[in-house]
Amino acid sequence: MLEARRVSVMAGQKRLIDDVSLAITPGRLTAVIGPNGAGKSTLLRVMAGELKPSEGAVFLDGADLRHIPAARLAARRSVVAQSTMLSFPFTVLETVMLGATVPAFGIRDDDAAVVARDALAAVGLANFEMRMLNQLSGGERQRVHIARALCQLATAPRPDTETAALLLDEPTASLDLKHQCDVLGLIKAQSTEGRAVMLVIHDLNLAAAFADEIVLMAAGKIVGKGNPDDLLNEDLLSHTFGCRLRVVSSGDGGRLILPAAITRRMIIGAAAE
Amino acid sequence: MTIAEGRIGYDSNAVRPARGTVFLALTGLLLLSAILSLAIGPTGVSLQSLPRAFSAAAGYTNDASAERDRLVLIDLRLPRTLLAAFVGAALATSGAMMQGLFRNPLADPGLIGVSSGAALAAIATIVLGHGIAAPLVAPFGIYALPIAAFFGGLVTTITLVAIASRRGELAVGTLLLAGIAIGALSASLGGFISYASDDRELRDLTLWSMGSLSGASWQKVLAVLPFAVAILLVVPRLMRGLNGFLLGEAEAMHLGIDIERTKRLTIATTAAAVGAAVAVAGVIGFVGLVAPHVMRLISGPDHRAVLPGSAILGATFVIVADIIARMAIRPAELPIGIVLALVGAPVFLHLVLRRNISGGG
Repeated sequence: MLEARRVSVMAGQKRLIDDVSLAITPGRLTAVIGPNGAGKSTLLRVMAGELKPSEGAVFLDGADLRHIPAARLAARRSVVAQSTMLSFPFTVLETVMLGATVPAFGIRDDDAAVVARDALAAVGLANFEMRMLNQLSGGERQRVHIARALCQLATAPRPDTETAALLLDEPTASLDLKHQCDVLGLIKAQSTEGRAVMLVIHDLNLAAAFADEIVLMAAGKIVGKGNPDDLLNEDLLSHTFGCRLRVVSSGDGGRLILPAAITRRMIIGAAAE
Repeated sequence: MTIAEGRIGYDSNAVRPARGTVFLALTGLLLLSAILSLAIGPTGVSLQSLPRAFSAAAGYTNDASAERDRLVLIDLRLPRTLLAAFVGAALATSGAMMQGLFRNPLADPGLIGVSSGAALAAIATIVLGHGIAAPLVAPFGIYALPIAAFFGGLVTTITLVAIASRRGELAVGTLLLAGIAIGALSASLGGFISYASDDRELRDLTLWSMGSLSGASWQKVLAVLPFAVAILLVVPRLMRGLNGFLLGEAEAMHLGIDIERTKRLTIATTAAAVGAAVAVAGVIGFVGLVAPHVMRLISGPDHRAVLPGSAILGATFVIVADIIARMAIRPAELPIGIVLALVGAPVFLHLVLRRNISGGG
């Protein structure tokens, strides 16, 4: 279990996160949603061990992250950042293999390549391994970095009793609809295989469709937590996002969350036909 | 149509030759250049005299011509070749490490202030050594200049690291900007001192700033030996960490790298390596830029290939440049910095242009 206990992060006088407690548990996909500036990414960076909290602490299986050596931590959690720029000409396969060859896992390159190829196949980039990363589209690059995070967890030497956590900051932001679904399916599979998955995401419908638990943040605080059915009600969301949201039927038994400004336009468009 | 099919004709597949083959070829080139460096010189002593030179060195022969061969081959060309190899390897490895740390292929060892600090100390020693600083400089004799240059570089780097550190964390961006400021400050102070210098001092200064290996000796080889050993011990430990840095500092941390330790070790190694190189050979440019660049074109940006490869390639570059420097206008010598810039600048330009055409590869 990856657990933030009463964590605050200060930037000068401003509180980016204010007294937040959150537990990410193995086997579950936890989606963090909320308006811009709510502190979602900051929370993810604190839980990744990248940012040191000003108050409180983050614990992985009961051990304070600050006391876990970097290489040990890397064996137990991997991170997909919002954007990763690579200024040197790596190939796709080399980039994914960084997940296994940079940490002190003692993995041979040949073995790392096998795992890296599997990870690339999983994100739908099986034929891309010798392409240059900087010549791929934004969505393709994003999937390469997801494959790198998967490769890191897959190669890490780690007893089964330890939590393996996967933290992703808007991994679907630059993906088309098909790849949004494919990538989220893949992330979901990681959680059902027993990993603790934390996902920061803007798309409420994707969050509702894939998450086991949804955490709603606003102004540095957690304002709601629960399963998608409980949490996705019009009033709470409208209040948190500061605009009128509607939960509408998708026509096949499901539901969609859309801004009222959009649902109105859709009705007018349909009427004009 | 899949994505892959849509990209037919888009030739962006990389070719990566086997690392072992690359290292074997590079080492062959290095040995060849070292043999040439031993064999070629203005005195006309050739490699065939080597057995005689060794027997003279061991005391078996003592005729005058064998003694001359010994002097040329073992006391002049051999230490000069070894020193050239060290300077090239140190500068090229440092360049590659700085480029990895700053995530910029155009980064230069000079960025952390070693060169500018060393230059200022050298100028001060040359100009003030005859005047107000004479009592300080005189006891060190001909070693005053290299010693001053080494410590000048070291002090500047330590100052820069102190400026860029906050709560035990080193801000690489601040380091870069402070490095530019300190560099400008050193240059203006140096300019101020050289303004007050006489013609002979000015000539010494100019020659030092163009670099030369003509003062090579076994003492200098012994002096840089600990640095060579230190580089050989430390650099292999930095290769994985610097690979992580190519993705960014946060990503390096995610990948399990102790980023503060990597930053400090990289900077300390670079400061020591460049300081030692500048101390024995003056300012030599382009090696730190060109060697890693060529190495990345051959085998990609993985530091496990780039760092050792750059070291071998840089050593070869400087040895070859030194051969040209001492043969081009013999019996006089060209400063090696001029040779390297003359050959290095067009090569570098070619590489940059080729890189643009191939779309950033």
